[in-house]
Amino acid sequence: MSTPQTPQTTGPAPDTSVNDVNDLIGSGQEGGVADQARAYLQRLQHGDMGALPAVAGLVVLAILFSFLSPFFLTERNFANLLTQAATLVMLGMALVFVLLLGEIDLSAGVTSGMTMALFIVLVNVHAVPWMLALAIAFAAGILTGTFIGFFVARVGIPSFVVTLGLFLGYQGLTLMIIGSGGLYRVQIPEIRDIQNSNMPVWAGWAMLGVILLISAGMSFWDRARRTRAGVPNRTVALVWIKLGVIAVVGGAAIAVLSRNRGQSVGVVEGVPIVVPIVLLILWIGTFVLDRTKFGRYLYAIGGNAEAARRSGVKVMAIRWTAFIVCSTLAVVAGLFSISKVGSVDAAAGREIVLSGVAAAVVGGVSLFGGRGRLMHAAIGALVIAVITNGLGLLNLPAGVNLMVTGGVLILAATVDAISRVRAGGSLMRT
Amino acid sequence: MDAPLIELSGVVKSFGPVSVLKGVDLKAYPGKVTALVGDNGAGKSTLIKGLAGVQPYDGGTVRFDGKPVALHHPRDASRLGIEVVYQDLALCDNLDIVQNMFLGREETEFGTFDEGVMEKEASDTLRSLSVRTVKSVRQKVSSLSGGQRQTVAIARAVLKNARLVILDEPTAALGVAQTEQVLHLVRRLADQGVAVILISHNLADVFEVADHIDVLYLGQMVAHLDADQTSRDDVVGYITGAKVQQGASA
Repeated sequence: MSTPQTPQTTGPAPDTSVNDVNDLIGSGQEGGVADQARAYLQRLQHGDMGALPAVAGLVVLAILFSFLSPFFLTERNFANLLTQAATLVMLGMALVFVLLLGEIDLSAGVTSGMTMALFIVLVNVHAVPWMLALAIAFAAGILTGTFIGFFVARVGIPSFVVTLGLFLGYQGLTLMIIGSGGLYRVQIPEIRDIQNSNMPVWAGWAMLGVILLISAGMSFWDRARRTRAGVPNRTVALVWIKLGVIAVVGGAAIAVLSRNRGQSVGVVEGVPIVVPIVLLILWIGTFVLDRTKFGRYLYAIGGNAEAARRSGVKVMAIRWTAFIVCSTLAVVAGLFSISKVGSVDAAAGREIVLSGVAAAVVGGVSLFGGRGRLMHAAIGALVIAVITNGLGLLNLPAGVNLMVTGGVLILAATVDAISRVRAGGSLMRT
Repeated sequence: MDAPLIELSGVVKSFGPVSVLKGVDLKAYPGKVTALVGDNGAGKSTLIKGLAGVQPYDGGTVRFDGKPVALHHPRDASRLGIEVVYQDLALCDNLDIVQNMFLGREETEFGTFDEGVMEKEASDTLRSLSVRTVKSVRQKVSSLSGGQRQTVAIARAVLKNARLVILDEPTAALGVAQTEQVLHLVRRLADQGVAVILISHNLADVFEVADHIDVLYLGQMVAHLDADQTSRDDVVGYITGAKVQQGASA
């Protein structure tokens, strides 16, 4: 504190109400549920929409498709949707780390493709134990991020250019690893299980319990710390509301997934194994972004890099690390992809990266940096996955899917821009 | 009069053949506002960058609390409690007030933020400056007015034991009411015992808030004046080089 020993002296400044101001600075935590709801509405009016448009879009699309196709709202399709979306969710989350800086990684998709090609060739051709091969694939991912980070953060080349170069180069590298005309099947049971097997039913419910416990624990820990520091807490009702929403939404999803969805081929039930993996990465990533210096500095650099630098933030190191995180998570996305597809070919990962960017933007992540959360990218990816899934059920030509997805992306960006303009901001902002 | 908190004597700085500071003296006293005025190119920015440790001086001595100190790096300056509020404020629009005030020096517990402690300190600091225009310390900076931003930038500077706060044109971009608010803030800062150096082109602001006025002219300190014993015309005379105070420059 700055010389707090000297109590407030009456300065020569002709202040009229100096004495009564002490309680006027709030922390946005005061008031009951109604006050908090009003504050939230106010934030919405200021253009701080977050993932709300994407969530609304998700609901609208789900209702629409459930009317258009009798298969959309089946247990089987719901599980299918989750596994179809997993790769895009993962890639979208990976990209958030660089998008927050206002950077981009166009090579995230081919990075997952190349590392998976490396992985599968090591296992299938060179008989390397799959765990070791996986470690090598992750090492290749980390190395890729280090490479990009070096050129972007150290040398100062725009990330668009560096990763565009890598986007081209890695397609060639993948081709060389796989060999011409090659396609390798994924035969490792553990890898196939990620997207093709389910947890026992009890484990799904246990997962929900753990999520509720962790969520409650974090909320009450935060409250205890705030109380200790002597600052007000939000009303405790909000914690219960949050837990209630998780319990109801999560419970409904798990209840659906716990029913037998195998048609004539025997019993298929439980939460797909990929779901807890995605949730765990989402939780860890969100924790890092919200509660650690690395995360805070990503937002700060995305907002005003010069301000961050003057505040003593090691801007170069943070930038560099963000690219490493992105490339590493891209390897996980690749793993989900080959588990779902069941094979790796030379074109692996070429198409998906722009869908990953689209997912993030649809979910409310800003391409200019400084704004967005992992959850936003995940929700945006679900929107895109629902479109793909729903249009697929309607037997529409594949071209329609891309056109609709593109339209939704532009719509999402427009909603975001208009909400900002109406709030008095400019289009080009954080 | 008290001993000066910081005392520059014979400070020189040149960029190649161009000599920008030609032996400058400057004193700033705890609890006093020292205005540093001068026309464009007089060397104000160079003088300040030296104090901030961003651009070290070539020669001359700097005494802090009477002891000679070296300012070779921003770290040296912040260790002494010298904080600079630059004209462009350097705030992150997408972060809230608390996050901006603690940027780069967050309070952590087990490697994770202790938001409560930071929020408390931030609002205590704002209160100690009698800030009454800010509704919530969790407001995003993008939602603040120019005057409020300046307030946050100043509060950020004094958050951690600042003893010398240098304000670079704090009112340049502000309207009348907000200028008034910021000047009150500057005064309160000094009343808390902080030494304040105020750089401004606006002589009305300077006369409203400053105790001392130092005039820099082409790299030389041409006048040390007491604000209540001089006039606007005198100061303008010194700034434009029309007048020279006897024995002001070393």
